[in-house]
Amino acid sequence: MIIKQVSIFVENETGRLYDLMQTLADKEINLNAATIAETGEYGILRCIVQEPEKVVEILRNCNYSASLSDVIAVAIENKAGGLNKVLKILAEKNIAVKYIYSTMQSDKDEAAIMVKVNDPQKAIDILEAEGVKLFALEDLK
Amino acid sequence: MIWNKEMECADRETMRALQLEKLQGTVKYAYERVPHYKEAFDKAGVKPEDIKTLEDIAKLPFITKEDLAANYPTGLFAQPMSEIKRIHASSGTTGKPKIAGYTQSDLDMWGECVARGLTMAGADENDIVHVSYGYGLFTGGLGAHIGAETIGATVIPMSSGNTQKQLMFMQDMKSTVLCCTPSYALTLAEGLKKAGLTPDDIYLKAGVFGAEPWTQGMRDEIEKGLGLKAHDIYGLSEIMGPGVSMSCAYNCGMHIQEDYFYVEIIDPDTLEVLPDGEKGELVITTIGKEGMPLIRYRTRDICYLMREKCECGRTTVRMSRVFGRTDDMLIIRGVNVFPSQVETVIAKFDEITMNYKLYVGRENNKDTFEMAVELAEGLELDDIATVEALRTKVDHAMRDMLGIGCKIRFLNAGTLPRSEGKAVRVEDTRRL
Repeated sequence: MIIKQVSIFVENETGRLYDLMQTLADKEINLNAATIAETGEYGILRCIVQEPEKVVEILRNCNYSASLSDVIAVAIENKAGGLNKVLKILAEKNIAVKYIYSTMQSDKDEAAIMVKVNDPQKAIDILEAEGVKLFALEDLK
Repeated sequence: MIWNKEMECADRETMRALQLEKLQGTVKYAYERVPHYKEAFDKAGVKPEDIKTLEDIAKLPFITKEDLAANYPTGLFAQPMSEIKRIHASSGTTGKPKIAGYTQSDLDMWGECVARGLTMAGADENDIVHVSYGYGLFTGGLGAHIGAETIGATVIPMSSGNTQKQLMFMQDMKSTVLCCTPSYALTLAEGLKKAGLTPDDIYLKAGVFGAEPWTQGMRDEIEKGLGLKAHDIYGLSEIMGPGVSMSCAYNCGMHIQEDYFYVEIIDPDTLEVLPDGEKGELVITTIGKEGMPLIRYRTRDICYLMREKCECGRTTVRMSRVFGRTDDMLIIRGVNVFPSQVETVIAKFDEITMNYKLYVGRENNKDTFEMAVELAEGLELDDIATVEALRTKVDHAMRDMLGIGCKIRFLNAGTLPRSEGKAVRVEDTRRL
């Protein structure tokens, strides 16, 4: 269950993130997860939306540099060490984690974490074999 | 096709004989009618009779933009206002515009020069010439217009601005030849794409672009984006306007209309005349203008001359594209930087576009130099490492070209203001 994440280049200027979010809101696009990696001058907003291809198209038409990349959504136990259980499996199988971020999807027992790895398909196979639950895009709504 | 074979394909001796005769006439005419020339020639100890060969022109003093300002507004006119039929102007160095006055014969000559140029672009009376240069005091609009009328084409005097309306006319009126600044041509190409159209939806076959320096990279982008063959046109309002020279189908420099303009290249520092092929400042002498003859006018434009016969059959001397103006030149941390060099670098990268702006400032007595440049549409940028890798590549290429470092700032496409005429590419906030 590879999930397409949308990455958007945003200049680091007052009001620029607001403009971007307004663009998405105007098109009724809800973010299921979002994180920003930033430098002094610009940031890259990564987000999960329900129709990523369509959203990229919309953003490009509004002059944003936007692109898609592959991530996975992993279920973790909502308690101490929950995330580490998953990271341990990946580390042991030599899968590199580039970054993680949390989603809006969490309850008392379980949380969904977005994970960017160097080989998403291999990570999926390994995690599934180890009985780790993965989410599909529609589960993150 | 060649508009005026007799002049454009004349053999060297014939052209030189004609030039000498016209130069002698102009020098005498200017000396007798314009106080500035009498004073300047007397001071230099040279009389009109001393011009016995074309090379003797080197005895005459130069005239500069500063001289134009000192003689503002009409001090250099050689005819009474009753004979001056048109005024054009461009921005001057001191805040006062540079005024140019044309007699009827000057306007006819202008039409002839631009007609020769449009013919080089393959235009004739069957063409629809779409003029998107600004109309008004700027010579672009009316210059292209008069040439299009001279060849008997249909002229659409669009002037600049309102890109959507431009595209509508291009489609509905089936414009075949576009005349505008290269930066506006890029804006039009962008507008075409944005409207969901391709070059196949319009009918342009040739473009005549000038009034600002541009690069091969911009030419490629314009040709692809609008589906036409691009030609360079060169001119200055003080001298006449566009049409002093223009590039033919072989794109190997711009043919100078030598029966009207005598050209030299000088070293801007030593003022020595340089041999053909050497890069320096272009100096033009008008040898057929009545209203405001200019003798040895320092254009500030940097280029070089080529005299080998062109494949198109024309024998007129060609000038290279303009590499920059001595006034466009920025001196940053002691190094000469031309915006055209920056454009050459940008053209090497598919990831960034020709929409850029340079910012020069001063902090702690040191020059700061920054370039903001828009990213190409559809670029894959999913993490900071990708952006930084690109930044490093552009940074190195800039350093190789310019010899100094430049801070690179990326912007989303469409965030820099768009040009409808000459693009403003530099913001220099130094107060020196």
